Amino acid sequence: MEEKKALFEYLLRLGDDSLILGQRLSEWCGHGPILEEDIAMTNIALDLIGQATNLFEYASSLGVDKRSADELAFVRYEKDYRNLLLVEQENTDFGYTLARQFLFDAFRKPFFEALSQSSDQQLAAIAEKSLKETKYHLQHSSEWMIRLGDGTDESHERIQQAVNQLWAYTEEIFEQDQIDQQLIQAGIAVDLSVIRASWTKQVQAVFSEAGIDLPQNTWQQKGGRQGKHTEHMGYLLAEMQFMQRAYPQMEW
Amino acid sequence: MSQAEWPLFEVFIRSKNGLNHKHVGSLRAADEEMAIQNARDVYTRRSEGVSIWVVQSSLITASDPQDADALFEPADSKIYRHPTFYDVPDGISHM
Repeated sequence: MEEKKALFEYLLRLGDDSLILGQRLSEWCGHGPILEEDIAMTNIALDLIGQATNLFEYASSLGVDKRSADELAFVRYEKDYRNLLLVEQENTDFGYTLARQFLFDAFRKPFFEALSQSSDQQLAAIAEKSLKETKYHLQHSSEWMIRLGDGTDESHERIQQAVNQLWAYTEEIFEQDQIDQQLIQAGIAVDLSVIRASWTKQVQAVFSEAGIDLPQNTWQQKGGRQGKHTEHMGYLLAEMQFMQRAYPQMEW
Repeated sequence: MSQAEWPLFEVFIRSKNGLNHKHVGSLRAADEEMAIQNARDVYTRRSEGVSIWVVQSSLITASDPQDADALFEPADSKIYRHPTFYDVPDGISHM
């Protein structure tokens, strides 16, 4: 594949991860368990949507096709989104939301660290900016994992349950295909098999402090990078895309 | 589930160009670390600060407003405590 096209696809994957998780988190706006946490989750949502903006703008500027950053974000069909299944999972409850966030942040921090060394300068710059945000996200979600895991009987049970449920979407994080391989060769993309050790170490350290057991289920669900999403994705997109579908090209 | 409220914390922020931490408000958190994180989110979203202090509100000892007469009024009549009785020589600036 032409390198520009591979990079375009790679940027969509990264952008979609940030955008879809940002959209999910933003659902908490006005519904947080306490005012302070409501603001924290909204802040993180905005960080993620900002990352997506940078990535889509870069993708759009490559000139692979004529779509603008807004069009990439808002008017694709479900099968054209490339995000991990993990990030589209429903909020369910506060523990579930934080477990999803933690599993993602623990991946994103070492990922952006590595990506900031990319031979593609624009991508390296986006990674460096995003890394500062992600360090805070990880600190926030790690501390909540420990609080909930090591809190009351009920909080422990619910966070363990959330981790068990979400575990089926973790293997997919580290899947790589030809696009990854091609861009790794060019020094642009991150080799996820290297990142995996950092992720595992972080997850084990926090789980052990929180008293959360590593899930034993080995069944894994994959397909997000190929556009095969879970049943929750369509509802998320319906809400996220409403304005652009109802009022095409609108700006505000 | 426990409905007990988290303790209240007072938040002090040092701005980029200010020397000392200033009181900016209060918030609730389960402990000091969470209070710092919450303060970061609630009070520094628009680049207001470079340093945060938090302290549990219950740890602050405050003067009693009813004692204001005794505490502060006696100073009002002692104008000689202000350095306003000196003639500043010509040529001295920045006084």
